Amino acid sequence: MIHDRNPMPPAPDVALDPTRSFQGLILTLQTFWARQGCVMLQPYDMEVGAGTFHPATTLRSLGPRPWKAAYVQPSRRPKDGRYGENPNRLQHYYQYQVILKPSPQNLQELYLNSLAAIGVDMALHDVRFVEDDWESPTLGAWGLGWECWCDGMEVSQFTYFQQVAGFECAPVSGELTYGLERLAMYVQGVDSIYDINFNGGDGEARVTYGDVFQQAEEEYSRFNFEHANIDVLFQHFKDAEAECIALLERGAAGDRHLMALPAYDQCIKASHVFNLLDARGAISVTERQSYILRVRELAKACGAAWLRTAGGRAA
Amino acid sequence: MPDLLLELFSEEIPARMQRQAAEDLKRLVTNALVERNLLYEGAQSFVTPRRLTLHVVGLPAAQPDLREERKGPRVGAPDAAIQGFLKSAGLKRIEDATIATDPKKGQFYVAVIEKPGRETKDAIAEIIPAIVRSFPWPKSMRWGAASAKPDALRWVRPLRGIVCTLAVPHDASEIVAFEIDGVKAGDMTWGHRFMAPGPIHVRRFDDYVDALQKAKVVLDADRRKAIILADAKNLAFARGLELIEDDGLLEEVAGLVEWPVVLMGEFEPAFLDLPPEVIRATIRANQKCFVLRDGASKLANRFILVSNLVAPDGGAAIAAGNARVVRARLADARHFWLTDRAPLSDARDKTAKPLDQRLAKLERVVFHEKLGTQGERVERIEALARELAPRVLADPGLAARAAHLAKADLVTEMVGEFPELQGLMGRYYALAQGEEPSVADAIEHHYKPQGPNDRIPTSPVSIAVALADKLDTLVGFWAIDEKPTGSKDPYALRRAALGVIRIVLENGLRLQLGSVIDVALEPVERGVTDTSDPALDGAASGMPDSSPRPAMAASLLAFFADRLKVYLRDKGARHDLIDAVFALPGQDDLLMIVRRVEALGRFLDAEDGRNLLMGYRRAANILRAEEKNDGAGAFAARHDPALLVLPAEKDLADMLAAAGAAARERATREDFEGAMRALATLRAPVDAFFLDVTVNADDPDLRLNRLRLLNELREAMHGVADFSKVAG
Repeated sequence: MIHDRNPMPPAPDVALDPTRSFQGLILTLQTFWARQGCVMLQPYDMEVGAGTFHPATTLRSLGPRPWKAAYVQPSRRPKDGRYGENPNRLQHYYQYQVILKPSPQNLQELYLNSLAAIGVDMALHDVRFVEDDWESPTLGAWGLGWECWCDGMEVSQFTYFQQVAGFECAPVSGELTYGLERLAMYVQGVDSIYDINFNGGDGEARVTYGDVFQQAEEEYSRFNFEHANIDVLFQHFKDAEAECIALLERGAAGDRHLMALPAYDQCIKASHVFNLLDARGAISVTERQSYILRVRELAKACGAAWLRTAGGRAA
Repeated sequence: MPDLLLELFSEEIPARMQRQAAEDLKRLVTNALVERNLLYEGAQSFVTPRRLTLHVVGLPAAQPDLREERKGPRVGAPDAAIQGFLKSAGLKRIEDATIATDPKKGQFYVAVIEKPGRETKDAIAEIIPAIVRSFPWPKSMRWGAASAKPDALRWVRPLRGIVCTLAVPHDASEIVAFEIDGVKAGDMTWGHRFMAPGPIHVRRFDDYVDALQKAKVVLDADRRKAIILADAKNLAFARGLELIEDDGLLEEVAGLVEWPVVLMGEFEPAFLDLPPEVIRATIRANQKCFVLRDGASKLANRFILVSNLVAPDGGAAIAAGNARVVRARLADARHFWLTDRAPLSDARDKTAKPLDQRLAKLERVVFHEKLGTQGERVERIEALARELAPRVLADPGLAARAAHLAKADLVTEMVGEFPELQGLMGRYYALAQGEEPSVADAIEHHYKPQGPNDRIPTSPVSIAVALADKLDTLVGFWAIDEKPTGSKDPYALRRAALGVIRIVLENGLRLQLGSVIDVALEPVERGVTDTSDPALDGAASGMPDSSPRPAMAASLLAFFADRLKVYLRDKGARHDLIDAVFALPGQDDLLMIVRRVEALGRFLDAEDGRNLLMGYRRAANILRAEEKNDGAGAFAARHDPALLVLPAEKDLADMLAAAGAAARERATREDFEGAMRALATLRAPVDAFFLDVTVNADDPDLRLNRLRLLNELREAMHGVADFSKVAG
């Protein structure tokens, strides 16, 4: 290979421009956080309601080991489906998740720099940190932080985890969650999620978010609200719960635990099944609390198991 | 006389906590200074989203020296006592102590301990870290690598810097050095996050305020508020519009910016079809923006937003971005507005009207675990409203219909999103489905009054539903023994009772509260016993055996009496007069109680009344004394006219017969003024009786007869009020 001593800068690649394409936005964030030394993970291969459920966040935020990771997480919220008719709500969407443990001193600056990287000009746009305390009853987790506003639009969640799976975080992790569709709408200047340019192409070559997901939103809304089999789902919930408890028992080996991760998968599964049942209206208001509690008990037990693994404890 | 400047610089402090934090900082630091004998001339605190600042002026340079004399043992005391004294006084040899003489004790040792005052700087370096570590934030957090340790510093959000200087006016300034969990106090702070992010060195408060102003930070929250309000009004005025002021929002918004820049945004006029309250709630709750009025009552399709940035495009991009979000939110609201007025796709009864269909959902909403669902509660309120309707001159059918629909809006999408619109949305939706206007009114107003200054419902149907709602709540929580105690009143039962009182009195309603409570209690009692499941929760649910219905009703009635006293006292009525009326049996008609209290007050203000009261007291005292001898009820029988010998006692007996009958008759007719007037005629004969007649006559028959006569006087007066409770 011949090394050019004076390389020309590559021509600006429209497809990679974060203000022109959805994928350009993702790639820019990936590059930005890779430069900060994050492990660039891929989405967790299970149905989750938010990037926080990924074991790279939930479990890795427990215990003393430092950890930095970033990843895209497809997130499913069955109840938010609108049959593809609402320009702002989806039952399946993408989060960009960054977890930094311990939370660095300059986390706010890093976050603002990442916004600059994706094309938000902070001399022109009004970025604000507005109180928003985060709590996940199903994960037994809470933290303090903000929703980050850009000209009045919430584009990210910024949280200092204080407790996860019922355990105090020591040290505290900083979590950033970018709503990718919201951000893309913002930087591309479109009013509907479905009009987001996905690939940066023009004319014939342009693929929109709607081209990719409109049909899925319609179909899954039917499934979530009308056709998901309630009896089967209730059985799935019981099975996942039972399997989680069984794995936690069988994985216990003295002061160590050998199956925290597979057990936690079952907790994730139970949580998603619960969300589906909730969307189907199969869970009454009174029962709701008890289901949330059951998932939380699983999450807590998985967190306790994780703290007995190599990943969860001090070197 | 140095001044203290303290700034605690952090990541963004929640707006709702800022003001209290500034007050707490001032209070805690100045208290700590005073405790250490560091008296100051004045102190003021400030707060922005990123800094808490305290300025204390006129501090001494050092604490005053302290001189303490400590008495020791007498001269020649045992060695152990001497050694103990030396140790506690911090002396090396007993020769260092002086010797004092006391005429009783003789000679004894005195240690003079002189404590030189510490420099103010050192005291502050000790005070501030302790206050920061234990600061009373409503919620605080740990962060960063330090949070791995158990005793890590907590603050509302990460604490990033501390300025702490002591400066003599027009003279030197020095840093008060200390460190809290790695954050060192110094003289450096930072300006506006985006417009002037560089470091700023400050020496004293005046420099500091100027430097911040140059660095686009307005330190004083009240100044930020004033700027926002003035700019918003001007901007609106320039467009021929009027700002709808909102103090709560103004306070919050001033806590979200360091450099307020007021801008105007716009949305499509088509959204103005939405109820104005919905537009306002959407724009306020979600976007923290102000709405504008166009003319007398109509909303304008513009709004005011407050940004934190002076942008080179004059804020065009910021206003456009905010408008885009407002539009999306209004589109959501319109979706709710349309959905809520349309049939439900999964409605059980497809022919039912939209609000009626939503009622079914209430059956699944738990009101309170021991009081069943909202659906069951609606049934009770409906029955009660129907029952109450004739008593408040309302049509029973309309009252029942309004009660039936009163809570249906709780399960609409709009109220789910904006709970503060409950009632109001019910009204809109009721009108949309063709309900009677009085029914729609009642749905809106049945929550009222929400407090002592809130308006009360005044139309009959609204009154019936508002009373039914509150009475059901009261009897329900009484039935499960969840009464308010001390400062705890989680279900706002005092407010509910006051609401009933105000509705009844201010509308001039006649209501036998006792019988109403009985009616309200019956279904609750049945429901509570029905749903109790001894296998699940034997102790907690079900009616406590010790509290059968009459006792419960009496206790609730007594609660109403207490609340009525508070209400009347606030209106200036005499506490003792209220007691005098409440002591009468069967007082459960609030309006009549109040009328009687008023009449009694006027009676006692007049000379006849005051004098008769004195006569009454004399009679009551004699009776009490003689009843001690002869036993209670010894004089209960009627007097014998044949034994009346003196003219004065004959007069009294005659007048008493007439006045007693008249007073009783008028009180029954609820003519309390008339009853009092009748009693007033007794003044002269009572006075004459005590002047001329010896009650305890030597002749036992005469004595008994006279005591019986006095007892009749007492009873006649007690027919109007229990005068024994009257004070003064």
